[in-house]
Amino acid sequence: MSGDLYVATRKGLFQAAIGADGAARCLGFLGDPVSAILHDPRDGALYAALNLGHFGAKLHRSDDNGASWKELPVPAFGPGIAADKDAEKAPSVTFVWTLAAGGADQPGRLWAGTLPGALFRSDDRGETWHLVESLWRQPSRAEWFGGGYDDPGIHSISVDPRDSRRLTIGISCGGVWLSEDDGASWTLGGKGLAADYMPPDRKDDPSIQDPHRLAVCPAAPDTIWCQHHCGIFRSDDGGRTFVQITDVAPSAFGFAVAVHPLDPKTAWFVPAVKDECRVPVDGKFVVTRTRDGGASFETLSKGLPEKAAYDLVYRHALDIDATGQRLAMGSTTGALWLSDDAGESWRRLTAHLPPVAQVAFAERP
Amino acid sequence: MPRVTFTANLQRHLDVASLDAAGSRVSDVLAAVFEQKPLLRSYIVDDQGRLRRHVNVFVNSAMIADRDGLSDKVKPGDEVFVFQALSGG
Repeated sequence: MSGDLYVATRKGLFQAAIGADGAARCLGFLGDPVSAILHDPRDGALYAALNLGHFGAKLHRSDDNGASWKELPVPAFGPGIAADKDAEKAPSVTFVWTLAAGGADQPGRLWAGTLPGALFRSDDRGETWHLVESLWRQPSRAEWFGGGYDDPGIHSISVDPRDSRRLTIGISCGGVWLSEDDGASWTLGGKGLAADYMPPDRKDDPSIQDPHRLAVCPAAPDTIWCQHHCGIFRSDDGGRTFVQITDVAPSAFGFAVAVHPLDPKTAWFVPAVKDECRVPVDGKFVVTRTRDGGASFETLSKGLPEKAAYDLVYRHALDIDATGQRLAMGSTTGALWLSDDAGESWRRLTAHLPPVAQVAFAERP
Repeated sequence: MPRVTFTANLQRHLDVASLDAAGSRVSDVLAAVFEQKPLLRSYIVDDQGRLRRHVNVFVNSAMIADRDGLSDKVKPGDEVFVFQALSGG
């Protein structure tokens, strides 16, 4: 199993000591919001994106597991990118929401998803970044809107392990986008997703869907689990179409989803009451798991708070390691849990972190 | 030549001391600063060169008026202060 767990929080980047007393060691940026982290399994580099309240989005890289950091240029819109409308201002990156490594055959390739909803590409380990204009210039981008934040944002980027040119992107709220040519061209997927927050005749419009998080099964990349604003969905055709999973207790609302790396029918979720009340149902903090593709769900609670818990797990704050046995999750109230038995039981590593934005296991090559 | 001074809060992120920078407008002065300190640019202005929403710039005791174009005039001997706003924290 993976031995390193990185935790991005509202006030710094931490590394949790799995198997020890649960102490979380600060790896840097104490006091600063860390909006995204990436451990690149190809070369061991660690990337941290910051969202400094006054001084904007920032990006750093460490090649020695956090002992030292190098500041990199942050993805940015060039002066040639104009405002969408005359009354608006030309865009500027608010923060980096997710980072992803390219394929094993693409050394140096990184992808970054930002607010506002743009995709950026680097081919030199983050030393330079380029806007993927083919996505930014999609006419339907005019239909996108913010979900939670004022602007739409890209939070999920998946590179197909069978073919590194194939990308799957999740946008809140702009749906699911697919590329088969390294981002040169895009197809809008997400048929079958349903948005209760739209007028009836636009409920099924793929361009305004709010997939809170996409999780692609590494061993079966055509299966994609989606924790959507309006429920849980699954695709078996690489994101082109989805089916809704119904009758999920205690709730189908949430942000995070993890899929078993080897078994596409097994996935985990962390439910909350609903969009207007983002706390655990009846104060009982649980994880739900399906092992049959969504036909049924188990409620897993051993080791988790039984009552009066108001923890919420953000979309990037649930992760699973390469074995499919170890999971980690962190909450908005600063608790961090670990499971070594696929979610059957959990142990709390700490309850005193700042609000957790992301947890990530380091996978060694 | 105008003298540019930065909020001490920037020192948490970058090594920036006060420095002299030539220019007759705030945009020129900051451009000269960024030439010396390229990484500093994204801390002060956004992707389009506009002053960040939660950063304030003063010429002597007056807050600048043109936050987008930074066209406020600066004279030799003026002091330019780059401060962190109290908003945005």
